[in-house]
Amino acid sequence: MPESDAPALERRRDWRELALGYGIYLVLALFVLVMALLSPNFLRPGNLLNIAVQASTVAVIAVGATMVILLAEIDLSVGSVAALSGAVTAGVLKFAVGGAAGGVVGLLVAIAAGLAVGTVLGAINGVLTVRGGIPSFIVTLGMLSIARGLTLLYTGGRPIFALGPDFSVLAYGRLATVPVPIVILVTLYVLAALFLHTTQLGRYIYAAGTNRRAVALAGINVDRLKLGVFALAGALAGLGGVLLTSRLDSAQPTAAAGWELDVIAAVVLGGTSLYGGRGSVVKTLVGAIILQLISNGLNLLNVQAYWQQITKGGVILLALLLERSLRRARGGESL
Amino acid sequence: MSNQGPLLELDGIVKRFGGVLALDGVSLTLERGTVLGLIGDNGAGKSTLIKVVSGAYQPDGGRIRFDGQQVRIVNPRYAKTIGIETVYQDLALVDTLDAAGNIFLGREIVRYGAGPVKVLNKHAMQRSARELLGRLGLELPSSGTEVGMLSGGQRQSVAISRALYTRPQLVILDEPTSALAVTEARKVLEMPRTLVAQGVAVILISHTLQDVLDVTDRIVVLRKGRKVADLDTGATDLEELVTYIVGSERTRGAGYA
Repeated sequence: MPESDAPALERRRDWRELALGYGIYLVLALFVLVMALLSPNFLRPGNLLNIAVQASTVAVIAVGATMVILLAEIDLSVGSVAALSGAVTAGVLKFAVGGAAGGVVGLLVAIAAGLAVGTVLGAINGVLTVRGGIPSFIVTLGMLSIARGLTLLYTGGRPIFALGPDFSVLAYGRLATVPVPIVILVTLYVLAALFLHTTQLGRYIYAAGTNRRAVALAGINVDRLKLGVFALAGALAGLGGVLLTSRLDSAQPTAAAGWELDVIAAVVLGGTSLYGGRGSVVKTLVGAIILQLISNGLNLLNVQAYWQQITKGGVILLALLLERSLRRARGGESL
Repeated sequence: MSNQGPLLELDGIVKRFGGVLALDGVSLTLERGTVLGLIGDNGAGKSTLIKVVSGAYQPDGGRIRFDGQQVRIVNPRYAKTIGIETVYQDLALVDTLDAAGNIFLGREIVRYGAGPVKVLNKHAMQRSARELLGRLGLELPSSGTEVGMLSGGQRQSVAISRALYTRPQLVILDEPTSALAVTEARKVLEMPRTLVAQGVAVILISHTLQDVLDVTDRIVVLRKGRKVADLDTGATDLEELVTYIVGSERTRGAGYA
């Protein structure tokens, strides 16, 4: 799988370079080691799988967020969009296609409806950003509020539950022995990595994030590219919402609240630059797993939930500070 | 394609930005296989004029004839299509891509594709880039080296190679030496003559008047959005150029309107 920081990267390989390139794997190994020492339960396969499944929803959404951030944009609306997508899927499943009686077709229609909602909201984010000329920070902040409001309206503020055993296959089913969410996760990351590192559009995403003007002068329609990436990010937020709804067997009106932070944290922990143009989607996955390890570890250690939030925020800030100072020391970063 | 008459004719080009008249009826003619120097003080309209020719700006008035045809250069892509390439002052390179990636930006060689998703053929691009730079007597920086890590002269070479890839009829060089060390600048200044030898016409924008006198055939001076002189390089000198740039007695009164 391609793992380079950007397409075709070759620099002097001093220790800072190595730290920037592979530090995240070291951090992951360190976390695993510490957790294994602190808790005898940690390394049990059941716990490890649980961590991966729990990380999968945020990690799925973080694929889209990585691409948005590579373009030097941001999407704060993913949590709310996930909630609305999940609610629409649940609503269609329960009230429109006859629930369990609707069969596989009904299930697919419900999921498609959820993904469509995510895609449309993502596309609206894109249109307002590129055509409206509003910074994506503000556009998606507005969308965060709008999508949450729509979710509350749609659900009447009450959860939609009892969605049937077929739907729960998404979260609890197994393909051979592998949990379905893991299959979805791995497939998605392999496709995303191939897309970003071997295709023309993938290259344009990196290039436009580095020097938007140069890419536009080369005759590439950067606006359309951005619009497409925002729509894709919306679709993936929708997928995350559908997976979450399946896992909870219900669509909660407040589902995925605050997830934008976890998603962005996974991306930046993975070393993707918030200034665009540099980063790797595979490392985003590692970032998402590290975040989940922190939660899981603190749970195993019986640390109060409030402290978990503080720890998570602290780890993210620390990681960014470290990355920043490494880049500055190495030079060559023109910010 | 016609091969007679001037390559490029601008007739009364006007460009406004809000209330500011950046170009006030500029006309000029570029003959095939020649180098035209475009000079003037900051804000004289040089950059605006070349952006009109390269398709980055749409003029508010005037006509453009290129290769015997009247054209509307609606965007940079169209400019490239008809054979106009521009090397911008900041080179417009993507620092995180390597040389081949930049040379092929926007026209990548692809293996196969499904709809908008096309898989790049990185090897073919490396090979073609090496050939292209070889023709110019340049060496391709090693594959995978980001152009952000290259020297100013190497970056310039990459930018010019990119412009030449499509075998254009006109190459616009915008301040090609402004960011270079002296020895590198000298090398780059050989470029216009190399291009002309290959049958390409060149518009050179520069602040360094001696350079312009050394490598051009004609010189056009802009001042406050107007053409104030159109000179045969052999029949002018530094002093005359400076006079036109800063404005002579004759034009001082008319400059502000």
